[in-house]
Amino acid sequence: MIKNVRKLAIAASVAAACLGAVLPSAYAAEEQFFMLPSYRVGPYGANGNAFYGGFVDYLNYVNMKGGIDGVQATWEECETEYNNAKGVECYERLKAKAAKAPGPIHTMSTGISYALVDKTAADKLPLAMMGYGLTSAVDGSVFPWAFPLVTTYQMQASAIVKFLKDKEGGSLAGKKIVFLYHDSAYGKEPILALEAESRLNKYDLVQIPVAHPGNEQGAQWQRIRQEKPDYVIMWGWGVMNMTALKTAQKMGFPREKMIGSWWAGSEEDVVPAGDAAKGYMSATWNVAGKAVPVIADIEKSVYGAGKGNLSDKAKLGTILYNRGVSAAVLSVEAIRTAQAKYGKGKAMGAEQVRWGLENLNITDARLKDLGATGLLPAVKTACDNHEGSGKVKMQQWDGSKWVVMTDWIEGNKALIHPLFQADAAKYAKEKGITPRNCAAEAKK
Amino acid sequence: MQFFLEVLIGGLLSGVMYSLVALGFVLIFKASGVFNFAQGAMVYFAALSLVGVMGKGAPLWLAFILAFGIMTILGIATEKFVLRKMVNQAPISLFMATIGLAFFIEGLAPLLWGNDVRALEIGLVDEPIPYLLDSFNIVVSSFDLTAAGLALALVAGLALFFQFTRVGRALRAVADDHQAALSIGIPLQHIWALVWAVAGFVALVAGMLWGSRNGVQFALTFTALKALPVLILGGFTSVPGAIVGGLIIGASEKLAEIYIPPVMQSMFGGNFGGIEGWFPYVMALLFLLVRPEGLFGEKHIDRV
Amino acid sequence: MFYRETGQFKNSYAADQQVFPIRQDRVGIAILLAVAFLVVPLVAGNYWFNAIFIPFLIFALAALGLNILTGYAGQLSLGSAAFMAVGAYAAYNFQVRVEGMPILMSFILGGLTAAGVGILFGLPSLRIKGFYLAVATLAAQFFIVWCLTKFPYLSNNSSSGVISVPGVEMLGFKFDTPQSRYLLVLSIVTSMALLAKNMVRSTTGRSWMAVRDMDVAAEVIGIRLMRTKLLAFAVSSFYCGVAGALYAFCYLGSVEPDGFSLDLSFKILFMIIVGGVGSILGSFLGAAFILLLPIFLDITLPAIAGLLSLPFDSATVSHIQLMVFGALIMFFLIVEPHGLARLWQIGKEKLRLWPFPH
Repeated sequence: MIKNVRKLAIAASVAAACLGAVLPSAYAAEEQFFMLPSYRVGPYGANGNAFYGGFVDYLNYVNMKGGIDGVQATWEECETEYNNAKGVECYERLKAKAAKAPGPIHTMSTGISYALVDKTAADKLPLAMMGYGLTSAVDGSVFPWAFPLVTTYQMQASAIVKFLKDKEGGSLAGKKIVFLYHDSAYGKEPILALEAESRLNKYDLVQIPVAHPGNEQGAQWQRIRQEKPDYVIMWGWGVMNMTALKTAQKMGFPREKMIGSWWAGSEEDVVPAGDAAKGYMSATWNVAGKAVPVIADIEKSVYGAGKGNLSDKAKLGTILYNRGVSAAVLSVEAIRTAQAKYGKGKAMGAEQVRWGLENLNITDARLKDLGATGLLPAVKTACDNHEGSGKVKMQQWDGSKWVVMTDWIEGNKALIHPLFQADAAKYAKEKGITPRNCAAEAKK
Repeated sequence: MQFFLEVLIGGLLSGVMYSLVALGFVLIFKASGVFNFAQGAMVYFAALSLVGVMGKGAPLWLAFILAFGIMTILGIATEKFVLRKMVNQAPISLFMATIGLAFFIEGLAPLLWGNDVRALEIGLVDEPIPYLLDSFNIVVSSFDLTAAGLALALVAGLALFFQFTRVGRALRAVADDHQAALSIGIPLQHIWALVWAVAGFVALVAGMLWGSRNGVQFALTFTALKALPVLILGGFTSVPGAIVGGLIIGASEKLAEIYIPPVMQSMFGGNFGGIEGWFPYVMALLFLLVRPEGLFGEKHIDRV
Repeated sequence: MFYRETGQFKNSYAADQQVFPIRQDRVGIAILLAVAFLVVPLVAGNYWFNAIFIPFLIFALAALGLNILTGYAGQLSLGSAAFMAVGAYAAYNFQVRVEGMPILMSFILGGLTAAGVGILFGLPSLRIKGFYLAVATLAAQFFIVWCLTKFPYLSNNSSSGVISVPGVEMLGFKFDTPQSRYLLVLSIVTSMALLAKNMVRSTTGRSWMAVRDMDVAAEVIGIRLMRTKLLAFAVSSFYCGVAGALYAFCYLGSVEPDGFSLDLSFKILFMIIVGGVGSILGSFLGAAFILLLPIFLDITLPAIAGLLSLPFDSATVSHIQLMVFGALIMFFLIVEPHGLARLWQIGKEKLRLWPFPH
């Protein structure tokens, strides 16, 4: 037995050594490498599966249409299980491959992206955090390599408040809003923004945390029932979302008065809750459905050719799938932007991709060319604004699909962005970073 | 007062849901001395199998039977391939093996049935009972009441099964003393396989109720964490202990979640909600300091 | 032939009592250390430092801490990750709040804070035993993580509760390359491992083992139970605390309380079970095994699937990885319940007789 074990160990180490030797050399010239620290198992595996499915499908789609101006996209996945340490290991493993021509890195995990912010800055690799992650990275002068693209938790919270205000006829004064949140970095991020908004709009804010994982919320909802709020804003993730919807039903709280963040507004969150989810609203920065031309085209050409990443085609057009596609669209566009400056038809280096991300200008016209009209908002980034949009739509679950209720709503930038700058300045001080001078760079 | 009552009742009913999961632990610990950490994974696997079979068009009752069949196979396989080979090893090794088993099941379940989050409809509506709401302004969910009824029926059934059947007696004999049971001709391995199957049945009931409450998904494995303090409080070897422990834990954790954070808030400032994660454990811990073997656990006497 | 202690005579008490009484062991350890300190930094790449060696050493240290408590003193604990969290957050606070605090001092103070918390949560062990105690240490696990989330002071008022550590600097030297961080971690872990190796041979270690084997009997022969058990908790938590500080400062760079979850505690427990309960060497072997196995599966399985052109999508591969990991754990426990350290011991005995076993 022991002999066998030893043999096994030797065989294993030999195999590992061979793999290590073979893999890096399998790298051709004009390719853009996307590292995908993805997760498809574990508590959030269902969410990761849809997101990364969309991401990979779009890259496949681009390749089938001739690549990124002739440059083929390549990628490799590494399972993180939504675990920070594993995410770092994946990053370290894949970063050598990505050094030459990297695509933006998407972790779809606030924790992992936090751990990678410093590492990517040191290694000079672009990190994208679309709708999650370290939000003060909006200030590109302190965080040149990190991009919380499209919109951030704080801007989203602000947009939700704006939406509720419009709904209430222009004033929230004297109203009571409960903020029900996942008790983690993710759930705590928007608190400052909501507090700032409450001072401005004179509403009462009641904060109720839910301990991880949130599969039992009886006490929280009893408290909500007692507080009798006008609205519940919910920052949930995974099982917490459907439990909240179910418990709201149990307590007789109307779902029409619940509004969730974009990580609490996918099919995965509402379908299992069944009838309990009907009327529930959420924010989103990308719309669902196959009506968007690019999604329909992916289904036709990628899945038609049998190259689809998902085994379950029913996931196509879901919120998270479309979000993965949106993330890939932005990544590819950043590379195209860089190519326009640094040379068409070439693979872009890390610094060039970073420049592309910082100088994105995706107008509605460009979105139309891409077949992504309405899929995501127009994005225009700059050195001092790595977010680039700050807009969300509100949607409502009608029992079978998400119905978009509004046009793009922008959060209160004048109120929220100074929060990012203050936080970034504190970060720079703690870490001894000298911020870039964005104004001077813009003049050049 | 009305609010207090509502929280208390809600807590007691949640507690029964914890007891259901704890029961599975107790059964296996009683019969084989194994602290089966895979019980949470089994709940997930059972619920997923149930939904999976229903997804193929089977009605609930048929799906339930088929899922029970799957759980039985899993139980027998566990006994045959893992436990039988680990007889006479330290309890901690067995415990670790069940964690390995948990990983295995957590990979196997979605492999067989897909890792989507799914709804499970068992025909129970989770809404407040109108009569209580109207006349006392107390919210009591009809679903929770039914679930509690089911759980109590299950416990009663198990108690009768243990007390009055031949197999039940054999089970109790094995639980008391493996070697003595073996020497009078009780087939230990069959009994263990049987216990795992019964634990699978309990997991199936728990998975069905929890799954229809929160959706069938990976997070069902976390239900095990809710069951652990129940176990300590009730004692690892007592079926009624699991129920009583569940009631105490459920009620106290809900009351604590409502009434303690405001007190802490006035003391330190800030927001102190979300204590449900640790409160049951700390309570169980304090309780153990008074009674180290839990409420109904067997008293252990050390001899040198 | 080469591994035989015949002819090595001990002429003094000092020689008789040294840590490694056999010359071949001493040479082996010296070579190992030389390789670790001199050869590895020259030849290994960044990936190996950042993703393999540094976490391996840190986890080995944490496993060592748990092994002292569980393997030597016999107190099962499922709260190691929480003690790591205490160490990480305490070291962070000492570092950012006290101007000019030397980094090593922060690590030590972090460890000491963890030791204090460890003693507190060790108190129930005086009355509770076995699995009851294990579940009771879960109270520490959940309570500590909650505290770190809830008291903004502990995370220096970060709005998200995540701490991002300042760079590691000692006497003006910046540990900013992977090599330098590796050497720092290696030095700390080596010295603490040697310390542990000595500790378990001392009176303290022997009383721990007596308590582990039967605490009533130990009490009868005059070992003070309370002192012994609490000391085990303190020392174990100190090791875990230092490991946590290193985890934050030298490995991840930014940690959140949720990162020190129950899963991490289990991982550390796995390490000592697979490596060998009650063995210093086992902590290292176990850490290597548990850390490397998933990475190895992650690299090989997709390759195998691709080679055989199996129609697996990425999700399937991930699920199979998890299954194989679980199955291998069970397999190991069945084949060698005493862990890798036991395999090593058997190997040594064989070596001693080789090439003439009869």
